[in-house]
Amino acid sequence: MNWKRSLIAAVAAVPLIMLFAWGFTRDPGTIPSPLPGHAAPLFALDVFAPGQPPLSRPVGDTVRLADLRGQVVVLNFWASWCLACRDEHVVLSTTARRYAERPVHFLGVLYNDRPAAGVAWIAEMGGQSYPSMQDPGARTAIDYGLYGVPETFFIDGSGRVAYKQLGPASEVLLAHIVDSLIAVLPQHPTAPATKSGS
Amino acid sequence: MKRNTLLVSAALLAALTGRAGAQAVGASVAPVAQQAAADSVLEARTNAVATQLRCPVCQGVSIQDSPAELAQQMRDLVREQLRTGKSPDEVKAYFVSKYGEWILLQPRASGFNILIYALPVLAVVGGLVVVVVAMRRWTKPPENPSI
Repeated sequence: MNWKRSLIAAVAAVPLIMLFAWGFTRDPGTIPSPLPGHAAPLFALDVFAPGQPPLSRPVGDTVRLADLRGQVVVLNFWASWCLACRDEHVVLSTTARRYAERPVHFLGVLYNDRPAAGVAWIAEMGGQSYPSMQDPGARTAIDYGLYGVPETFFIDGSGRVAYKQLGPASEVLLAHIVDSLIAVLPQHPTAPATKSGS
Repeated sequence: MKRNTLLVSAALLAALTGRAGAQAVGASVAPVAQQAAADSVLEARTNAVATQLRCPVCQGVSIQDSPAELAQQMRDLVREQLRTGKSPDEVKAYFVSKYGEWILLQPRASGFNILIYALPVLAVVGGLVVVVVAMRRWTKPPENPSI
């Protein structure tokens, strides 16, 4: 009879053990985003930190995602109170400058912070090569399913979210994804020129 | 007689002006009252939806119960979407499209989620079967009692 009891115990226990084992492979702190593969939510946000030439845009200028169709967009949500944002700041800023002549736009979005604090933070960090916009009421942040900073969204030329990076982005990751997305852009020789004129 | 006529006229005049005054006051009070009623209905609908949505920056708390800034902003968005005529299901669908099913505090009973609802029932039924089988075994008289 012992083999029968063992069989019943195994039938009851094995699925539970498998379920728990599967649970160990998942990070409960990570919220899977449904956005990658889908159209990036459109936004029209005002610049509060202009960035530096040749990537600068005037303060108060409205950046519309729809206007950037056909080019890669790297959208980074950050805040002055975010410690991890300090880690990736230099990487983002230098990578953006390195890709200045390529069809890619690096844009910052301030998340739940005062623009004045954002400007002070940028000055403290030694400047930011690309412009940053403010997001009143965190409407764009919610549209992108944000639940913390930093988060970086890579938007391809067709306006789809190609990848979402939780936490600080590394130089290797930025270069790898941006290069991949530029490589699949429809070839149009005016792309880099359009960028500097936008 | 003349005095009576005067009194009646005065009473009529008072009644008429009183009524007109009341109407004037009513005309200004009614929209305010209607607005307040509409606001309270909207607030109740907002609360009903907000209690079903998880606060993304908290631990198992709804955006209705969380004091976090993002939760309040999400609640404002719920209110705004309801005000513009979206149904509660459409508002929830919006948040699901941004945050996934995770945002719903009560998962939908479909697909893999059915397990969440089915497993407790199966566990109770299984437990009852075990108890019944065990009780029968315990209460069964010995087949071959030895003296």
